[in-house]
Amino acid sequence: MTRLPTSTDRKMGLVIDLDTCVGCHACVISCKGWNTENYGAPLSDQDAYGANPSGTFLNRVHSYEVQPAEGHAQLIHFPKSCLHCEDAPCVTVCPTGASYKRAEDGIVLVNESDCIGCGLCAWSCPYGARELDQAEGVMKKCTLCVDRIYNENLPEVDRVPSCVRTCPAGARHFGDLGDPDSDVSKLVAERDGMDLMPEMGTKPVNKYLPPRPKDKIEEQIDILAPLLAPVAEEPKGFLGWLDKTLEKL
Amino acid sequence: MHPAPSVIIFTTLSGLGFGLLYFLGFGTPDVSGITAFVFFAIAFALAIGGLLASTFHLGHPERAWKAFSQWKTSWLSREGVCAVAALSVMGLYAIGVIFLGQQWTLLGVVGSILSLATVFTTSMIYTQLKTIPRWNMWATPAMFITFSLAGGALLAGAESIAPTLLVVAAIVQLIYWVMGDNAFQNAGTDLGTATGLGNRGTVRAFEPPHTGTNYLLREFVHVVGRKHAQKLRAISFALAFVLPILLLILPADGVVLKHILALFAVMSHLTGVAVSRWLFFAQAEHVVGLYYGKR
Repeated sequence: MTRLPTSTDRKMGLVIDLDTCVGCHACVISCKGWNTENYGAPLSDQDAYGANPSGTFLNRVHSYEVQPAEGHAQLIHFPKSCLHCEDAPCVTVCPTGASYKRAEDGIVLVNESDCIGCGLCAWSCPYGARELDQAEGVMKKCTLCVDRIYNENLPEVDRVPSCVRTCPAGARHFGDLGDPDSDVSKLVAERDGMDLMPEMGTKPVNKYLPPRPKDKIEEQIDILAPLLAPVAEEPKGFLGWLDKTLEKL
Repeated sequence: MHPAPSVIIFTTLSGLGFGLLYFLGFGTPDVSGITAFVFFAIAFALAIGGLLASTFHLGHPERAWKAFSQWKTSWLSREGVCAVAALSVMGLYAIGVIFLGQQWTLLGVVGSILSLATVFTTSMIYTQLKTIPRWNMWATPAMFITFSLAGGALLAGAESIAPTLLVVAAIVQLIYWVMGDNAFQNAGTDLGTATGLGNRGTVRAFEPPHTGTNYLLREFVHVVGRKHAQKLRAISFALAFVLPILLLILPADGVVLKHILALFAVMSHLTGVAVSRWLFFAQAEHVVGLYYGKR
């Protein structure tokens, strides 16, 4: 059904901490692994060991440089996957009803047996969250590891998306963003969590926590420095003569 | 956007075919029997040929029938429904005109409206996409509809109205190009809003997520051919509008000469529209390119 639910009981999603992400790409690999071996068509690769390798990924990590007006440039690693938008354009454009948003938890999924591989949902997504698998001819996207989070065959600690479970830095958090008292909602409130491309009107569920301000590097780093007289303010001897001679030229 | 031949052929041919059906539904040209058969055959061949071409780029064409189900929300689904309705109604109307010598006026008018509605729904598939600012504007449906009407009039041999419709389509084409060139900037999306980091300083893509290419870059970041855009625009404009108008208003005696000139006008128009459609895709910039430091 490509009609979006008017509201969802819960808004399950991710909170990604740009301050903590170290850009190791472990989430990319664990996502590819889990989603190739489990739910739906595997994430294929083309020419994987050849000259022009390419493949389907549901999660990719970009890196950006931010140069403030004053001070040092900052490098920010930027994981990006489906944001499970409340007003998801990828759902309403689907002609077959393969693309849908679940009323119970807000997860956006693709029913692969109904997908005709027209690609229009990927065209409508501003975030590049959907990729058409070249081997299967169907659209692939983040499922929020729907086959893990409710899976009672897994130990409780593993009932989170694969990327969250894997992140060695603790930069990825999973929870109900519709519940203001949830840990993730508190984190978003505390750290001014933000939307990507808010002007697109997609109302993403996933939030990004901006990097914390960098410590200032003080001019004076040695606390004893003020107590020491400068060794030589005016050069003397040969250096003094050289300095004066060069000044005259 | 990647200018896939399937979508260029589809929008060009079916636009022309449904344009001709629009005029045939109103009884232009006023033909019957074998002549009517030829006109309807051309219209159906163009419309259906275009629609078939559009299924070539599908990952699973065998499931295409499922696309008729979501007309309440999806423009692509509405297009499918509209196309089948238009072709069915015009098919019945054609039987009357060709075999029974009957012009069922009401049926023809309904078929004409459905034909134009099909072109409109096609244009809305592109217009609805906020992610591609160059398409997300009123000039897009205006362009598809005026092109279809002008091409239809040309094919139908409606000499009285074809030059006017060609001039209107030409003006809409120019408006589309001028508006389109500023659309991305006016949309206000840049790497700053894409990453949410714009208020901290100047954001620059430092390292892409992977060393090779991927589906997103192949599909959405097509920069080949953009450098010749202005030349291609001039070629497209001359072929689609200027030459056909000149050929139409050229004083010509004799039925054979007139038909030859009309044939040249149609071929020139078709080629020009195809070039314009190629540019429509090749010049369209998807916002996802920003994440890769590209447009």
